[in-house]
Order: sequence, then C-alpha cells, then structure tokens
Amino acid sequence: MNLDFSDDQKLLQSEAQKFLQKEQSLQRSRDVLDGEQALDTDLWQQIIAMGWTGIRIPEQYDGLGLGHLELCVVAEELGRCLAPVPFSSSVYLFTEAIIKFASDAIKQDLLPKLVSGECVGTLAITEQLLAPTEHNINTQVANNKVSGTKIAVPDAGIATHSIVICKGVKGIDLRLVELTDHCNIQKQDTIDDSRGHFSIGLDNVDSLLVGGEGEGWELLQNLLDQAAVMFSFEQIGGAQATLDMATSYAQQRFAFGRAIGSYQAIKHKLADMYIKLTLAKSNSYYGAWALSTDSVELNVAAATARVSATQAFNYCSQENIQTHGGNGFTWEYDCHLFYRRAKLLSLNVGSLATWKEKLILGLEKTQTANVKQGV
Amino acid sequence: MNFNDSEQQAQFRTKCSTWLHDNAQRKTQAGSDNPHGKRDSSEFLNAARSWQKKKFDAGWAMLHWPKIYGGLEASPLERIIWGQEEAKFDVPQGIYEIGLGMAGPVMMQYATEQQKQRYLPPMAAGEEIWCQLFSEPSAGSDVAGLRSKAVQDGDDWIINGQKVWTSGAQFCDYGIIVVRHDPNVDKHAGMTFFFVDMKSPGIDIKPIKQITGGSSFNEVYFNDVRIPDSQRLGAIGDGWRVAITTLMNERLAVGDANGVDATEAFEWAQSQDDHGQALIQNHAVRESIADWYCQASGLKNTKLRTMSALSKGDTPGPEASITKVVSANKLQAIGNFGIDSLDMAGMLKTERSEVHDFHNAWLGSAGLRIAGGTDEILKNIIAERVLGLPQDPRADKGLAFKDIPSGK
Repeated sequence: MNLDFSDDQKLLQSEAQKFLQKEQSLQRSRDVLDGEQALDTDLWQQIIAMGWTGIRIPEQYDGLGLGHLELCVVAEELGRCLAPVPFSSSVYLFTEAIIKFASDAIKQDLLPKLVSGECVGTLAITEQLLAPTEHNINTQVANNKVSGTKIAVPDAGIATHSIVICKGVKGIDLRLVELTDHCNIQKQDTIDDSRGHFSIGLDNVDSLLVGGEGEGWELLQNLLDQAAVMFSFEQIGGAQATLDMATSYAQQRFAFGRAIGSYQAIKHKLADMYIKLTLAKSNSYYGAWALSTDSVELNVAAATARVSATQAFNYCSQENIQTHGGNGFTWEYDCHLFYRRAKLLSLNVGSLATWKEKLILGLEKTQTANVKQGV
Repeated sequence: MNFNDSEQQAQFRTKCSTWLHDNAQRKTQAGSDNPHGKRDSSEFLNAARSWQKKKFDAGWAMLHWPKIYGGLEASPLERIIWGQEEAKFDVPQGIYEIGLGMAGPVMMQYATEQQKQRYLPPMAAGEEIWCQLFSEPSAGSDVAGLRSKAVQDGDDWIINGQKVWTSGAQFCDYGIIVVRHDPNVDKHAGMTFFFVDMKSPGIDIKPIKQITGGSSFNEVYFNDVRIPDSQRLGAIGDGWRVAITTLMNERLAVGDANGVDATEAFEWAQSQDDHGQALIQNHAVRESIADWYCQASGLKNTKLRTMSALSKGDTPGPEASITKVVSANKLQAIGNFGIDSLDMAGMLKTERSEVHDFHNAWLGSAGLRIAGGTDEILKNIIAERVLGLPQDPRADKGLAFKDIPSGK
C-alpha cells in the first residue's frame, strides 16, 4: 500500500518549490498580468534549462525519461505560485499527444525540440462560445490542408506547433500544424491575462495526421483525461496557497479586539477550505496512480480528481478574498491572482459540469463492462 | 504508487481472512437485513458476545494490545488490515466499539498493573461490557461544563448527578466517568476521573427514545453512588486531561457515518422512473451523484494515504479529521435525495429495502452530525489544531466553576 510519492519525487517537488520561490514566480505572474506580454520568457527558459519540459520524453529523444508522477509534483508547484509559462499546454497536452499518438518520424523531429524549447506546442479545440463536441467542430481538413478558426487557444503566441481538432472525411482528426506567419494568430483578452490565450485563423495550412483517421475525438478524450490529473495538481497547489494566505491573514488581522481567526465564522470557513482541499488532494493522488499505471479506471479517476480539484480551488480562492475583506478586493493584494487562475484552470480542459458528466458516463460504462464480465 | 500489500502485509491479510472464513459468514449483499437480530435485542447482544469471545480466544479482539492482556501486539497497519477484512463478513457490530475504543486506552494508560490484569482481558473478551459517562444535560459540546458531584468520604467517593447519551448503559458492567470534585476552582482543574461498577447501588438507567424510534442511548442517574478511591484514574484534579485522551480516541472510534452512499444513490437512480425516463437521466441528479461520488472517493483515498504513512512507519497527517463531517453530511444529502425521488409517495414507509435505507439515512444522519463531536466542534478542531488558528475567547476563563454563567 503506497498512495504517496516516492522520496525522489518529493525531492524533485521541494527543489521545484525552492526554485520557483527564488525566482519570484508569483511576482512574475503579476507582471505578466499587468504588462503586454503573454508569458514570462525568462522563467520559461529557466524551466527548460531545468529539464522539466522533457520529464516524460524518453531518453532516446534527449528527455529525462521519467513518469507522470514526476510531472504531477512539478504541476503542484507551478500551481502554487501561478507560474506564467506555457507548461500545461505544451507539456501536459501537446507533448503527451506526440508521445502517445504521433508517428516515429514526427517523434524524431519534435520530441528533442520539445526538450530543448525550440519547439513549443499547444492544443486547439474550441471554436464557439459553447462546449466543443464531436458535432460542432467546423474546422475542416481536406487533402491535408486545414481551414477554420480556433479560439481560446493557450500559448499560441509562443507555440511553434499546434494539434488542431478538425473535421475530416471519416470523422474527427487530430492534425499537427506548424504555427507560421501564414496563420492569423491574435491575442485575446481573458479573465486571467497572466496566461496568454489566442485565436488562430487557418486558411489551407499544411498538416500531418496524428493518430488514426476519424479517431480524433476519442484520442482527445484520452489526452484530456490524462491532462485533467495534472491540472488537478496545479489546482491543489493553488488551493493550498490560498488556504495558507487566508490562515495567515486570519491570525494577524484583528477586529473587535481579537484575531479574526478566533471567530467561528472564519474558523469554519477555513475548515471548509481544508476539507475540500483534502478531498481534492486525495482524489488527485488516486488520479496520479491511475495515470502512472495506465489503469482502466483512468477516466473515472481523472474526472474525480478534476471535479474535486476544481471545486477546491474555486472555493478556496473565493473565500480567501472574503477572509481578506476589502483588502482582498484590491489589485495590490495577491488574492485576485489566485481567483483568476482558479477560474481559468477550471475551464482550460473543460468546465465543472462537463467533468461531472464525464464522471457519471464513466460510472455507467464501468457498470456495463462489469455486467458483461459477470462481475 | 500502488495499492498492493507488501509481502508481509499480504501474509497478515491472508491470516485474517482465513480465520474469518472459518469462523464467520461472508457478506452477501449490501443492505441485507442483519441476520443477528434487531439492534438492542437480547438476541443481538448474545450474538455480539459470542463473536467477541471467539475473536478474543484467537487473539483478534484487541490485536494491537500486549499479549499479556490478550492481544497480538499488532502494528497500527495490521489493525487496519484486520478491520478491512472483518468488514467483509456479516458479524454483529456496535456493542463493544465504545468500551474497547475509549475505556480500553484509558485503562491501559491510567489503571494500576493489577487492575489492568483484572479488567482488560474480560473487556477484550466481551465478558464485561464498558460504557462512557461524560455528557450531561448541561454539558454537551462543552463537556468540561459538567456538574455531577464527587465528594470524598474515607476511602470512597460519593457521586451525585446525571449523565446522558450513554450508549449501551442498560447492559454495561463498568463505565468510565468524569465528575466535579471541586466547583470552587477553574472548571478544567476541578474534575476527577474514575471507573465505576454499573451495578453499584444508586445507579438508575433510563433509555432515551431517539428520533429514529430506537433507544441506543440512556440517561444515567447517580444517587449517592460509592466509588472506591482505588478506581480513580489519574490524580485528583486531573480529570480533564484524562478525558481528553478518551475524546481523542472517540474521534477514531466513531469514524465514518455508515449507510447509503454514492453507489447506492447511483444504482437507485438507474432503476427509479422520473417522468417516463430513468432518474439517472436527470441532470440535477447526475450532478449531485457526481458530488457524492467525489466525496466518497476523497474519503476512501484519504484513508489510503493514512495507511501509506503507517506502512512506511511515518506518523499520519491530520487528514483523517475530515472523515465524520464529510460522511455524515453526505449521508443526510443522500437520504434526502432518495426520499425526494419518490415525490408525493416519499413520505411512505414501504417494504422496499432501498426506501427503508434512505429513510434511515435521513433520520440517522441528523444524529451522526452530532455524536462524537458536532460538525461545529469538529470544524473548530480542524481550525485550531490543524490550521493553528487561535482559540475562541471564553467567557468562563479565570472564573471558579461555580461563578460561570450557565443560563437556564
């Protein structure tokens, strides 16, 4: 029985935490939010130099050849300090798509460049102001040329490549596209400008098929399930940071002659934050186990981790503002940075409602499978 | 990460399950009627007694205890493994947990060696049942506000007062009790702890009828009851410190709120009709079940994290402190859901075992949110002990107990 990370993984986590603190990642996130940039290039270069972009890439392609668990502990630290870098889009989604579904030729070409930072990737899914489904994807592929418009694409400004979800002849395809000057890439304003999001206009752009033709939607679900676990670690990292902030403020701030943390209204609020965070953390560990063992339970485990981590970070970040009173509503205090990021992360790989539905669908599917096997 | 036992743990698990197979019946289906008779019946009590004795003879009754008192000196993890395996079998539960879980550790820590040898083995064997006498009509969450009086008389103490919410007092042989020996000092300093023979003259036990209709709890009246000073646990005035040890153990003994869970709600929603389609097709229902499933999974995996720490020889973190708050509230929500899903007919008591379970969850959860520490007290504990927030200012600080405002 070991639902915990190894000593090596914990060491990696504490090194990551020290590094991101030393580099003042939170301040950098604020600077990106305040400025015109869509990321902190310097921090991103340092992260590449640490080798984190190659954690999951096999050694034959210059990566570290480690597992998903190493990625999970790094994700928790990036979430704790709101790192303004394209890590989630390039590492959890794009790199994983290449490792799992791309041809050897594409791997030979891209994986070493993903390690070195020469290549940065993202996943382009959404097209309209509603949840994407298999039936409302309008970006077309014909003769390997892709045309259409994607919105809310993370990090497309720095990304050199994108996997684009397209409608093909046999159904949905995953298409690898190089993001060149021929693509119309425009920055979009979002609720959290510390992480850049873009629209991409594609007009007859060359592409390569990744994975089987017409299998794209299913492959995408698998990628999202995997990524949801890593996102849940970013979310619990952020939730822990807001709980720590709220606790510390409640100890120091006095009202009516006593620390506000001695009032039960505040105590119970903070206890509720701790409860939600603990449930989310334990479910995220379960998701990490399912991911690292390639378990058939991954879809249910990922949805469970995702739903509870979204609930935890949303609740903790919002009640952290409430605990801070008027100060929490100022631009100067950091509370809003976490409130913004919590909401952004809760949307990035699909909303709470989407993941609750995936969870129930997963339970229905498991039950059908059990009935068939006579369990 | 893995969910597998180590070789040693697997061997221990096999040892447990082999013995259980030879001595008990495996559970067939969740929610099946208790084969050992109705709770609180003498039939059930006898079944519990004989099961406890069987376990004791094989060493399983208090497996973590020293061998001289009938244990196996098992590790905390082995104790959990035993619990997991025993839970797979249809065995009578609920009679001994309080005595063994609360009186056991206190006797182990504070009784004399002679007393331990006299009382612990029969306690573990189920030959003598123990209860806990802390709460009083005016001392619930604030247990230290208790006012039952102890006056020293030679080698004895004379006890007068009333205790309440005592599980199983009607069939118990001994009890642990905390009483006030001095109302003229600070409330925490004026208490002393004893164990008492429940058959002593002057003890009067009256069952409390609960909102469920059952009577698991009692009021216990003390009229000039004599307790020998040799049955004092801890020093005079040390009662609160001793009681705290017990309350910590109670939190472990109470644990999960048992009953219908996310899986039962899910299965019910698949079978129940809702305006011509299965209830599970209703979006509000899907969302609620997803929430309960995440809570249930979160609790299960929190326990596995605790076990992981124990199996590495580490001290577990405070995570387990969330268990009862989450599970009791979830139980209440699921009970409400099940009843409401029957619309106008939800009020009816029926033969359907699922409906019966939802009714039990709805009524029982109201008590489980209070027993062993209310939601509010448990959240205070998380805030103060886990997060390190300051204690509430107290209106009773620095006052002699007799001067503390008590309302009416």
